[in-house]
Order: sequence, then C-alpha cells, then structure tokens
Amino acid sequence: MSQHTDFGRRGFIQGALGVSAMAALYGCAGAGKGKGHVVVVGGGFGGATAAKYISMWSNGGIKVTLVERNAAFVSCPISNLVLAGEKQLSDITIGYEGLAKYGIKVVQDEVLAVDADKRVIRLAKGGDLAYDRLVLSPGVDFMYDTLPGLNSAAAQQDILHAWKAGPQTVALRRQLEAMPDGGVYALTIPKAPYRCPPGPYERACMVAHYFKTKKPKSKVLVLDANEEIVSKKGLFTKVFNEQYKGIIEYRPQSELRDVDAKNRTAILEFDKVKADVLNVVPAQRAGDIAARSGLKLVNGRWVEIDWLTMGSTSTPNIHVLGDAIFPAPTMPKSGHMANQHAKLAAAAIVNLQAGLPPSDAPLVMNTCYSFVDAKNVIHVASVHAYDPATKLVQPVKGAGGVSAAPNELEGQFGLAWAKNIWADMLT
Amino acid sequence: MRRIAPLAGVLALLLSAAAQAADPHLARNLAATCANCHGTDGRSAGGMAVLAGEPKDKLLASLKAFRSGDKPATIMHQISKGYTDEQLDLIAGYFAAIKPAGGAK
Repeated sequence: MSQHTDFGRRGFIQGALGVSAMAALYGCAGAGKGKGHVVVVGGGFGGATAAKYISMWSNGGIKVTLVERNAAFVSCPISNLVLAGEKQLSDITIGYEGLAKYGIKVVQDEVLAVDADKRVIRLAKGGDLAYDRLVLSPGVDFMYDTLPGLNSAAAQQDILHAWKAGPQTVALRRQLEAMPDGGVYALTIPKAPYRCPPGPYERACMVAHYFKTKKPKSKVLVLDANEEIVSKKGLFTKVFNEQYKGIIEYRPQSELRDVDAKNRTAILEFDKVKADVLNVVPAQRAGDIAARSGLKLVNGRWVEIDWLTMGSTSTPNIHVLGDAIFPAPTMPKSGHMANQHAKLAAAAIVNLQAGLPPSDAPLVMNTCYSFVDAKNVIHVASVHAYDPATKLVQPVKGAGGVSAAPNELEGQFGLAWAKNIWADMLT
Repeated sequence: MRRIAPLAGVLALLLSAAAQAADPHLARNLAATCANCHGTDGRSAGGMAVLAGEPKDKLLASLKAFRSGDKPATIMHQISKGYTDEQLDLIAGYFAAIKPAGGAK
C-alpha cells in the first residue's frame, strides 16, 4: 500500500510488530480514515455504490476515481416497463454528476487492460491510471460464440438482447411497436446463472401486458433453456396461465442452439421457431475486463472472490462486484445484490486502507420486485450472512420469501425501491 | 529504548480496542443493507419509510413486530427474520443517531 512507503524512522518496528500492527498504528495516526487511491471500473449498481461508499466512509480520505464507458447510468430494473411503453428511457437514465459532491472523479473511458503487478490500468483515451486498490464491477458480457448465427454485428443489430438497458431497450421497443397485431414475440432464456433471474419472466409479462391492451391478437412465446421457471415460479406460472391465458405460451427445456437471424428464427434441438420479433438473451459470463485480466474464474465464466472483502482469490488488491462474480449459494445476480456487494467491499477497503482487518461478519440481502403488468408487482427477498465454516455468505434459514400474490401496493414499492436505490448509488 | 515506551503504550491501547470490538463499524455496515430501499443512512428518497433520526426504541419495536408477524407487512416480515436481536439493536441505534434532514454526507 502506497501510504506505507514513507515510514521514515518508524520503519524499524515494522519487523518487530508485523505489517498489520504497523498499519494499525498508521491508521490510528490518520484518524482511521484510510488513505490511498481506489479506482472503480464500471458505474452500475455495484461500481457507483462502491465509489460513493468508499469515499463517504473514508470521509474523503481515500481518493476515488470511477471509470465508466457510458455518459450516464441506465437502469436494467424498470427497463421492462420501457419495453411495454409504460416508461420512457429518460425515466431510467441518471447522470453521474451527483457523485462529485463526494469528491469522486468520474472518467468516461474504456479500460483496455489491467496490470495487476504494477497496479495500473490502461485506458483507451486517458493513458495509464495507477491504483492502490482496484474495484471491478463490469457486469456481464454475452457468450455469442455459443450462437454462430448471432456472432456478427449485423445479426446482433436485428436480433436484440435488451439485457443491458440503453439503446437496445429503445430498439426492442420499436420492434414491438412495428410488429403487426397477430404477430409472435419470442423470448429465449439461457440456462441459469444469468443476470436477473426473474427478469425474463417479468419481460414476458410486460410484453404480454402491452399486447393485451394494444395488440390483443399477438402472442408471447417463452423459450426457456431451464427445466422450469427459475424465480418466483408459482407466482409467474399463475400469472401466465390466468392473467395472460391465450397470450403467453411457456416452453421449458427449450435451449437455444443457434439463430437464423435473417429469418428471425430460433433454432432449438428438435424444433425451429420463427418469430416476428425474436429477443435472444444469450448465455453470459463476467464482463470482458474481469474475464481477461488473469483473475481466477469458476467454470471459465465467473470471478472467484473472498466473501470477507470481495477480493479476487487469485490477484491481490483487486475486488470484484456484482454479476461478474461466482455467487454464493442461492445468491441472485441482481442490481440490488451488486449494491450490497459494493458496501461489503467498501467497508473492507476502508478498513484495509486504514490498516484494520475487514469485518468478520458481513451480511448482505436482496430484494427483487417484478412487474406483472403496469401496476401489480411480486417480490422475492433473501438475507445472506457470512458463515466462517464454509467461508461463504449463506442464506439465513427462515428469512426471505415471495409475495402472496401480485398486488398494487408492491407496485408502488417497486417504483420507490428504484428511486431509492438509484439515489443510494448516485446521489 | 526511550522511543519504544510510548509506542508500546499505543499498541497496548490498540490491542485492547481490537479485543472490545472486532469491527467498530458493524452497526454502520448492517444499517447500510437497509439503504437500497430506505435511502442512504435511512434518509428516504421518497415512497419508503424514513429511518434516519427515528427513536431507537420505536425502530426496534417495529422491526421486532415485523419479525413476529404482529405488524402486517409486504416484505419486512421476511427480511427482518434474517437479522439477529443484536443486529437489529445495532441497526436501530445507528439510524436513531442520524440527522434526518440535510444532504447525504
């Protein structure tokens, strides 16, 4: 850590007391604030929250730089309401200017490489940036190599994922608007784990809601690679069969093998399904910068981390958050969880930079609201506490659960959740 | 030798502090798990209950009533069950000490 390079005459006790005791002395002298430079890569639910909380909890003692490729944050949660025409993209877009009051420097740039030995990242425009600790919150990237027919820019322009909110959300909305009544919208879901377990089923509901009110002869076809609905199964099953009877057709065990982009056709193992609007959510892995920086991956896809610090198990001084990590048991890949990862990491980083050990009892929790129409919502919630025996955060038995039924009160809470979490990360 | 004596005193103090509380920020960290919905430091951005500055006894009574099922809830009965009595006590104490108004600092 760079703050330990200038010991001067105090250096003599380092050998006798050990590095951490020395660092504790230093931290005490610095009022326990923590020092150094933390670079955060990715300004989503994980990264923006980490940047804010590291700065806030170190009372500005730790200098924080946030590197994000986009000019503004666009929220995936609530984006299915944009697809349904119930919200506009501007409703889910927030700038980064609110982070300035914490002293955070926001840099719009692309990270090309991480040099973990030298503790430097290389930016596309901004040259090299040195760090004491690096926080990677890159989200997911798509495994297009598993779908040859979709592995080109041209094909990806027609067959959208809209699984990262932004231009794709608007483009998919346009395809749905342009589709004549009586058409078929097909959505393919990859095998779990993927970003936002209930998200595809919410999307099916919200597109069905749009059809039911505006294009009543149209159909939603859900082609799910999984054995069954991955999240809130009972609730979604009921909504599909009752509220959207005759509109949504759900087909489990229907893994996408390839795509005929020109004919908007999903190629399954034993079947080909032609759609008027084909929406493919491809299989995912840790975002590129995490996947190619030499960090230890699980199954070649997700970064393995230490649950006391969110630190990479293979590479010192690099912490990884959100959808990019190999999750603890039953832990969903969600924006809410990424925000919680960020606070766990922020607390650990502030302690470590002050020479203190990280908390030995971290706890995180998740809440996920899904809209089934413009007003009614269902939730799933869980709490996960650190277990020293397994060194994992484990679901707390008896805690968490789902809604009894879709309801309007949770429709209000779903929107209030979004407002509050966006504020928690960005203002 | 004279230089070592005061340092040893500081070290002893630090070690005793460490023995008292392994993590002095536990309350803050636990309370931060509530902020996604209830706003940073419990200063709600709207549509959710403000927790900042609420009396500790009131917060703790609410949390325990959610947990027991005495207080009707959409979700808090499920979430509150994930925290121990000690954790709920720390959380309630943390929010009670926060000023409700003002910027998120």
